[in-house]
Amino acid sequence: MQILQTDIIVVGGGGAGLRAAIAAAEAAPQLNICLLSKVYPMRSHTVAAEGGAAAVTLNSDSAAAHFQDTVSGADWLADQPVVEFFVKHAYQELVQLEHWGCPWSRLQDGSVAVRRFGGMKTERTWFAADKTGFHILHTLFQTSLKYPAIKRLDEYFVLDLLRVGEQVVGVLALALNSGELIQIQAKSVILATGGAGRVFHYNTNGGIVTGDGMALAYRHSVALRDMEFVQYHPTGLPGSGILITEACRGEGAVLLNNQGYRYLQDYGLGPETPLGQPENKQMELGPRDKLSQAFWHEQQAGRCGDYNGHAVVYLDLRHLSRTHLQQRLPFICELATAYVDIDPAQAAIPIRPAVHYTMGGIATDINCQTTLPGLYAVGECASVGLHGANRLGSNSLSELLVFGRVAGEQAAHYASQCPAADSKALSVQSEMSQRWLNRRFGTNATDSVAKLRRDMTLTMEQGCGIYRTGEGLAHCQQQLQALQQRYQQLKVTDHSKVFNSELLQYLELGFGLDVAQAICTAAMARTESRGAHQRLDSGMTQRNDAQFLCHSLAHYQANALPQLSWQAVQISSLPPAQRSYGTTDGAADSGAGNTKGAKA
Amino acid sequence: MSEYQLLLQRYDPEHDNEPRQQRFTVQGEHTTSVLDALLYVQQQLDPTLGLRWSCRMAICGSCGIMVNGIPKLGCKTFLRDYHAEILIEPLAHFAVEKDLIVDMTQFLAHLSAVKPYLINDYSGTQPHKQTPAQLAKYQQFSNCINCGLCYSACPQFGLNPEFLGPAAITLAQRYNLDSRDNGKAARMPQLNAKNGAWGCTFVGFCSDVCPKQLDPAAAVNQAKVESAKDFIISMFKP
Repeated sequence: MQILQTDIIVVGGGGAGLRAAIAAAEAAPQLNICLLSKVYPMRSHTVAAEGGAAAVTLNSDSAAAHFQDTVSGADWLADQPVVEFFVKHAYQELVQLEHWGCPWSRLQDGSVAVRRFGGMKTERTWFAADKTGFHILHTLFQTSLKYPAIKRLDEYFVLDLLRVGEQVVGVLALALNSGELIQIQAKSVILATGGAGRVFHYNTNGGIVTGDGMALAYRHSVALRDMEFVQYHPTGLPGSGILITEACRGEGAVLLNNQGYRYLQDYGLGPETPLGQPENKQMELGPRDKLSQAFWHEQQAGRCGDYNGHAVVYLDLRHLSRTHLQQRLPFICELATAYVDIDPAQAAIPIRPAVHYTMGGIATDINCQTTLPGLYAVGECASVGLHGANRLGSNSLSELLVFGRVAGEQAAHYASQCPAADSKALSVQSEMSQRWLNRRFGTNATDSVAKLRRDMTLTMEQGCGIYRTGEGLAHCQQQLQALQQRYQQLKVTDHSKVFNSELLQYLELGFGLDVAQAICTAAMARTESRGAHQRLDSGMTQRNDAQFLCHSLAHYQANALPQLSWQAVQISSLPPAQRSYGTTDGAADSGAGNTKGAKA
Repeated sequence: MSEYQLLLQRYDPEHDNEPRQQRFTVQGEHTTSVLDALLYVQQQLDPTLGLRWSCRMAICGSCGIMVNGIPKLGCKTFLRDYHAEILIEPLAHFAVEKDLIVDMTQFLAHLSAVKPYLINDYSGTQPHKQTPAQLAKYQQFSNCINCGLCYSACPQFGLNPEFLGPAAITLAQRYNLDSRDNGKAARMPQLNAKNGAWGCTFVGFCSDVCPKQLDPAAAVNQAKVESAKDFIISMFKP
């Protein structure tokens, strides 16, 4: 087996991984950095982020305001020192991206423009038309080419972390183009592998977003934190889940039910704002959890339209001029035309919620460090404590930058002073993994990777959706256990080595199943409703701070259900209060079952 | 639902001496993309099919293929626009690694070669000023998704893989035209060289196939003008 030696391994070439690699290269130019990803960096799913990146920018804005929006958006489950750090550093990171060439959209005077976004009390979202993630990713990728210390391994898939005792000392990776395992030794490892949206059936995510890094850390006893909080984005295209950005609503788009009625006013987000005059934190600019939940109620009440068998509501941009749409939302125009055959200047776009983002992830401290020495995690795969129970749109792109930098610097510092590990034991671990891998091949009577994956994603959609019940979750958990058993029997039928897609999907499915179990188990244990986690069971429909103002921690158990423990939320300055949106106070935060009927 | 025949070019380097064709029958409705159809084949009919894909919304640039001989993104090409039989092959002018997966190494090397990053000695702590008009000068060229379709459309790249090619030259122009950049002098040697902008014979097919309509042929032509100016200026330099 080939052995490579480096100082820092970054797993994942999306926004977080690239930012971390650049930060490490700048912090410690003498170190070698291996940036490894299962795809070419510019294919990473950061590319699909559309709307923008948040930072306090206007003179009228303040760090305190961004902090409050984030903490209340998180339904008080964010760690406040982390949020403070984040809002303080977001601006300089967006400026750094500007210095690296990101084509931010501008005002006439040449300064950077900011737009409205859901749950934010003022305009603070920087954007590059409606391809912000694309431009951030390409800017970072192209900038990374300046640093000779960053060596890429494109299209390598990490199978396992290498460990000596408690210390993480590298990764074991599969070269996809040869099928060979390779041992990469390092002093520190940063996981930046993205989310796990693909464990659900309908999602906005690319096919690669399979939770790999989460499962890698989890199997090595690092806890997954707050996994029950899965964000449904309110506006995905029906069937495909393709993302239609929140920036549409920031620009003034409205949501209509099948009667042409702006139903959000019935869900504590009103009163209705005049067409073309969006108000921050009101109606269509409420937070994602509330908007997706409102859709669910409309669906229950039979007020959705139908698009090829999918229940939908309508995103109406017709009152915005074609010029404005072409300037601010060109990609949305392109997507709507290509995928639902609709010209947004002439017709409303059918949309419905789709899984978008995993708020939870690998538990880290504010330095992106996990409980294993040498192991760091950052971006969507991590839970640094920023998003709590519900992430605000445009906070995650900024997160990649702020914490990507932290992770890179911390990992570089650690690698600079950590003694070389005794690598003798590593060949034993690697040989065991090689033998394990060899045993995956065989034949199946009836089952297949594709069937099993489909069953997992449908199970998760049914059991861990926008609203959850104890019964549904228990059923989901049983199903997942049955799927785990099927997975143990499953073989990879393609025995080839070069770009074996079936093997790759088999390995991703194994990771996904572990992550799915963590999500379901945490959702069962949280018998309250908070943010994106909503229970319909009696006595659980409200937030319950007395019992649940705490993070869940899911701990991996081989061949058994995860074990749950709880961790206090760090509250430094903003005590828990009611979230309020729209102009109705208090009543704005009614839970399930409290909604009024539509005034159709 | 309509029925389509996909005629797929297959190549398994571990078993095949040369590419072969295999026929699959798929069902398609109005919104079924070629990528959807290929994934149906992989998931339901033949798990050994090799292809790259991810975002399925024409932004990640992974799923370039030849559809009836024309370079296309699989996710943005729809069965409805074809007759009953569709020929699908890997991107032309690249070495095939397996089935529809091609070797992108050379392409990546070309992108890297043009120093695709801002070069300046700005040391401020605030953003540069850049007006919408200044942004508009390069904005279109910054939208390249690196899918490689233009290389498959480029007869020059087909003849000479050392030719920088449309996407890399476009990327160089993207930075050359950026009001924040002073790096043109560092990029011109690449563009002036034999395999730079002058390698282009202005067929223009690259712009026809670009799924983002960013007109790489225009960028290459601009680069030629820059290169000519660069040459003239160099003659008068002491």
